[in-house]
Amino acid sequence: MTTTTENSPNEQKAGIGEYLVRHLREYGLLFALIAIMAFFQIATNGTLLKPVNVTNLLLQNSYIVIMALGMLIVIVAGHIDLSVGSVMGFVGALAAVMIVELDQPTWITIATCIAAGALIGAAQGYWVAYWGIPSFIVTLAGMLVFRGASLWLLEGQSLGPFPREFQMMANGFVPDIFPAGFGESVAKLLGERRVNMLALVTGVSAACAIFWLELKKRAQNRVYGMDTEPTAFFWARVGIISFALVFILFKLSTFRGLPNVLITMGVLTILYAFFTERTVTGRRIYALGGNIKAAKLSGVKTARLTFLAFVNMGVLAAIAGMVFAARLNSATPKAGFALELDVIAAVFIGGASMSGGVGKIVGAVVGAFLMGVLNNGMSILGIGIDYQQMIKGLVLLAAVIFDVYNKQKS
Amino acid sequence: MSALLEMRAITKEFPGVKALDQVSLSVDEGEILALVGENGAGKSTLMKVLSGVYPTGSYDGEIIYDGALAQFSGIADSEAKGIIIIHQELALVPLLSIAENIFLGNEQAKGGVINWRETEQRTVELLRKVGLSEPPGTLIDKIGVGKQQLVEIAKALAKDVRLLILDEPTAALSEADSQALLDLMLELKAQGVTQIIISHKLNEVRQVADKITVIRDGTSVSAMDARTETITEDKIVRDMVGRDMAARYPARDRRAGEKILDVKNWNVFHPLHADRQVIHDVNLTVNAGEVVGIAGLMGAGRTELAMSLFGQSYGQKISGDVLMHGQSVDVSTVSKAVASGLAYVTEDRKELGLILDETIQRNITLSNLPEVANGQILQETKETRVAESYRDALNIRTPGVFQRVVNLSGGNQQKVVLSKWLFAKPELLILDEPTRGIDVGAKFEIYGIINDLSAQGKGVLMISSEMPELLGMCDRIYVMNEGAFVGELTAEEASQEAIMSLIVTD
Ligand SMILES: Nc1ncnc2c1ncn2[C@@H]1O[C@H](COP(=O)(O)OP(=O)(O)OP(=O)(O)O)[C@@H](O)[C@H]1O
Ligand SMILES: [Mg+2]
Repeated sequence: MTTTTENSPNEQKAGIGEYLVRHLREYGLLFALIAIMAFFQIATNGTLLKPVNVTNLLLQNSYIVIMALGMLIVIVAGHIDLSVGSVMGFVGALAAVMIVELDQPTWITIATCIAAGALIGAAQGYWVAYWGIPSFIVTLAGMLVFRGASLWLLEGQSLGPFPREFQMMANGFVPDIFPAGFGESVAKLLGERRVNMLALVTGVSAACAIFWLELKKRAQNRVYGMDTEPTAFFWARVGIISFALVFILFKLSTFRGLPNVLITMGVLTILYAFFTERTVTGRRIYALGGNIKAAKLSGVKTARLTFLAFVNMGVLAAIAGMVFAARLNSATPKAGFALELDVIAAVFIGGASMSGGVGKIVGAVVGAFLMGVLNNGMSILGIGIDYQQMIKGLVLLAAVIFDVYNKQKS
Repeated sequence: MSALLEMRAITKEFPGVKALDQVSLSVDEGEILALVGENGAGKSTLMKVLSGVYPTGSYDGEIIYDGALAQFSGIADSEAKGIIIIHQELALVPLLSIAENIFLGNEQAKGGVINWRETEQRTVELLRKVGLSEPPGTLIDKIGVGKQQLVEIAKALAKDVRLLILDEPTAALSEADSQALLDLMLELKAQGVTQIIISHKLNEVRQVADKITVIRDGTSVSAMDARTETITEDKIVRDMVGRDMAARYPARDRRAGEKILDVKNWNVFHPLHADRQVIHDVNLTVNAGEVVGIAGLMGAGRTELAMSLFGQSYGQKISGDVLMHGQSVDVSTVSKAVASGLAYVTEDRKELGLILDETIQRNITLSNLPEVANGQILQETKETRVAESYRDALNIRTPGVFQRVVNLSGGNQQKVVLSKWLFAKPELLILDEPTRGIDVGAKFEIYGIINDLSAQGKGVLMISSEMPELLGMCDRIYVMNEGAFVGELTAEEASQEAIMSLIVTD
């Protein structure tokens, strides 16, 4: 065996092509998203990226993204949760009943809904974690139970409307904190009617933050001789991501600014990405999904972590349920129907492995948006729901086949 | 006799690693060739090239088999030519019967319908050939590893084997089982089956091999013929490690301090059958600076004892006391046992020791994540530094600690498991077959690490099926049989005969 070190000619020669092959999955996802967006942008004559549509896209997919965060953890831990769509609908119904029928204040309703989500997650997680019952079965049962429970709560009717402050959760926008004059002059400069400076500044700072973090990571990788990304790739990737961020936020700024949900989504994504990649507990969840027996013999409290993964999923499903109800401004018995499939698909498109132990938060979020853009673009084009379903199904299959193919090749 | 197989200038590269560099070997019809070399030298890789696991085109060089250039695109191709490989890791399906396993992929069927009668009859015949008398319907997970290994050979025989490749077949076997297997190899040779064996047990190699090829760092360094020259283990070792090795065991300072571990009246019942007692009234002590061995045959209950002590990872209705430094401690979960200063290096690294798809770094730090974290937040730089320090200390052969463990050779995987538990900084380290599948040089290194630990005043409890290893390393040896301790020997009293006589007279 000859160990080739970082600077050996061997590594240099292998170079860019090999690097691309090895990381095809990560780039593939990003490029797929860009390609699909470009396609629909052209096909819809520019409607896709109109400020109002971009805003809509974010609002429409927010609850899927929120649930995908929890689902990623459940799937990384080696399980699945089929009940999230039903739980989401149930919590929306609960919120409607509390506010509309029982006249409870918004904050009590929100707290109760989150607690209900946690409880539901705990009830399901308990059987999976401590009794070893397959999660597929437990959550399949949960899916039926909570679908029925929301029908029962709503007595088969839609219930609404919600008070303004509850609606704000989904439909509100963050007010611009910069002086109005500032925004107006920038708008004039850019030739737009108006510019929400908060949104624009957020976009630019997020892009800067990404640059800084990526540069730091790259420097660190180099020190430890991990295979470093070819320079051209690095700049291209970081450049595209930052550009996309600024671009999206700019679009938002020329419409109504930052939606509240975007903030919720963004903060949750960052928190969960940090949690899964940088914390002790996060690491242990990956270990648990990778090899539960070895993890257990290493002192990882496997049952408790599994339990908590489901509790967390319940809480996120509850948040998604409230956002969804607030967005429609009513709770309906059909809310969340079959949505679990979109969520699970997003996670797998994002590169998670069915057998557990593999997957990234960012991947799941990108996966969710990929599905979202597909949905949105096809709707604008007026493609029927029949074709939409078939196309989404094939995209999921393609993503997973791509994964398996990649794995076999390496 | 002519060469049945000739491999010429085989070169195989993985990303960042040249696993094989111009390796050549040849085997004549009806010969047994032994392939030896250090962990990671490339032995398994060479055999995977031969058997088509790595297909033509993924390596350089040529394979001449039976007088023709062989270009296999998969295992099916090589099997069709009678080349059967039994991998380092057994590949039997635990919940299928012996018969089903033997004919898996080679079913005795007509038009897709299995002929069970014929399957059973042929299974009985094949089992007889390998010296087994189990009913063909027995489930694989009901028989021990030794017998499983023989079933693997029976499976190979079912396919009209011409060239049988055995990758470390005796690593997990007791001495009696190993002997049975070696005898079987000689018998197959008499029937004309050509064989290649990979092994780190040089006495076995000497016993069966007609020729020995030594591989070092991915190149073939020597080829010896046992029929024309006398081959000593020392000579093999010298070629393997590239230098003389004076002793197999590093010198030890025997100096026992005060008691570290004290186990009293330990009783354990079978996890599934609550009325079956597996461990009977075991009492054991380990002192600071001491290396204590547990000898016994396969199935004596040594692993069960160790795992029940380590966070009750085995068994139920466990009773008895565990004292560390004279204080009674709670070892009812793994995290509590680790907190009390225990660590257990499993004998089953793939199933219980490693997360194969994770990196070396993440495997090493898993046992003690808080040490590389600031509260909840992992300090990746520190983590890498820790992983690299163990890579250097234990000489783990890899391009970097970010390699996934699944890509390491068997012996190097073992070193990762060991690193992981050394990093937990235990007071008392329980080692279960710590040198299984490890080459002589690395064994010496591991013994050195054990000695260092005991020199620091830690205790080591070592389970091993290799008696010379226990005799060479231990200050005291408990002899275990059928779940109970049947004797205790000091280093001076201990010998293979003394241990065996304790087991036999029990
Ligand atoms: N799939 C792979 N990807 C990358 N590297 C690999 C892969 N398989 C093997 N290697 C590397 O090739 C080298 C040779 O490995 P191999 O398994 O052939 O060793 P070995 O001689 O069988 O060792 P052991 O005695 O420990 O089983 C090792 O350094 C190993 O890390
Ligand atoms: Mg090997």
